[in-house]
Amino acid sequence: MLFDFSVAFTFFLIGAAFIGVNLLISRMLQPRHPTAGKLSTYECGEQPIGQSWIQFNNRFYVIALIFLIFDVEVAFLFPWAAVFKKLGLFAFVEMVVFVAILLVGLAYVWRKGDLQWDKPETGKYARAAAPEFYSETPAPAITPKEELVSEPV
Amino acid sequence: MQELVRNLQNISFFSNFSPTLLSILVMVAGGVLIATVLAINALVLVYLERKVSAWMQDRLGPMEVGPRGLLQTLADAIKLLQKEDIVPAAADKPLHLMAPLLAFAAPCAAFAAFPYARNIVFGDFNIGVFFVIAITSLTVIAILLAGWASNNKWSLLGGMRAAAQIVSYEIPAALAILVVVMQVGSLSFQDISLAQDGGIHKWLIWHYFPFNLIAFVILFIATLAECNRTPFDLPEAESELVAGFHTEYSGFKWSVFMLTEYAEMLIVAILSSVLFLGSWSSPIPGFLNSGAWGMFWLLAKAFALIFVQMWLRWTLPRLRVDQLMYLSWKVLTPFAFVCIFAVGLWMLV
Repeated sequence: MLFDFSVAFTFFLIGAAFIGVNLLISRMLQPRHPTAGKLSTYECGEQPIGQSWIQFNNRFYVIALIFLIFDVEVAFLFPWAAVFKKLGLFAFVEMVVFVAILLVGLAYVWRKGDLQWDKPETGKYARAAAPEFYSETPAPAITPKEELVSEPV
Repeated sequence: MQELVRNLQNISFFSNFSPTLLSILVMVAGGVLIATVLAINALVLVYLERKVSAWMQDRLGPMEVGPRGLLQTLADAIKLLQKEDIVPAAADKPLHLMAPLLAFAAPCAAFAAFPYARNIVFGDFNIGVFFVIAITSLTVIAILLAGWASNNKWSLLGGMRAAAQIVSYEIPAALAILVVVMQVGSLSFQDISLAQDGGIHKWLIWHYFPFNLIAFVILFIATLAECNRTPFDLPEAESELVAGFHTEYSGFKWSVFMLTEYAEMLIVAILSSVLFLGSWSSPIPGFLNSGAWGMFWLLAKAFALIFVQMWLRWTLPRLRVDQLMYLSWKVLTPFAFVCIFAVGLWMLV
């Protein structure tokens, strides 16, 4: 068994080495004339503004958390699936209970709006952040500005 | 693997080699073979993709280099080898170099687990299915690394999107695979293949109709998203993110990401064929169903699926990010659970 894993590990190393060798060949064949313009970060032709190593939208973080929960669940489900045929009804009921608990979690996250990529539409924080979207009264109509009438000279 | 070594020992030239030395030889030769095959695979698939897209749009596609443009991608590869490799001054250089290495190494390792014929398998893991799911996820790290190391806003956004997308779609993919594992009762690819041996009617896609069919479709969509193929190519989205995570890659390093994309297409196509389409067994019972023909059938099924992947690419527009999350968490995941429950119940009664 361990031996089989060593095959995978060897393939992994050889895959990396294959790219390494090709990069070396490429290094020998290619011209190298770096200039300041070439080495600047690409920002559609504009001067790059600041770094990109910044804090970013934590929506990615929430998705990662949900993933983590479900991935652990899947990791538990795999051994169950492998022996399901032998264990029968007992294993099935056990797993229904286990999955049901997690599905409640999914329903909660769904209801909470965390699966929505754009602004969450529920929850007090969302309402506090953008009260105009949740107010009962309709937003006041924008009154058109008085037209500027050019005075006769 | 052990079987391959034993077969080799019967050949007189290898008979006085020790088994350990022979297995190391087989491992290294296999690795080099897989890496080469993946490189050729990319050349072939890029050519096919150009031709398929051209025919779908009533064009000719590449016609100039070689007969019917057959050597076009080879010429492209040679050109890419000679291109200047530009690493932005602001980038994190070691990580920038590591990303393509990791991106290609992970698919290579995945190829160790697949059965290519009745008796051709490099590493017959008893947890093969699990191993492939795990090792293909390493690509996420490579893409994140590429996005982060480039120090470019487009790259970072592309990398983050890729991470969110790949991890989201891994759940429905794994759940769809679970449906097969339940029925066969084994995590070994070879056991799953043997369960489907003996004609098209034994392929798992027809069993427990329609739940296995739904599981197959879920697996296909989810793995398409894991390869970052259109309609799920948001990480590169050239119209909004320029090229996403590989904006700052040029020359051969850039082509490594293309190589990886096509290697992953082959992986997921082989995975779907092994799990649902009868693996290496012939569709007609007893027809060309022995030895190395297995490799032919497996590749034929895989390439048919790859054609569907290309077909979708040139048919569907790209999804929006919110639609992407909607599809994964609110459509595919619940349906995959339904499949698992239904098949479980069906197996009990």
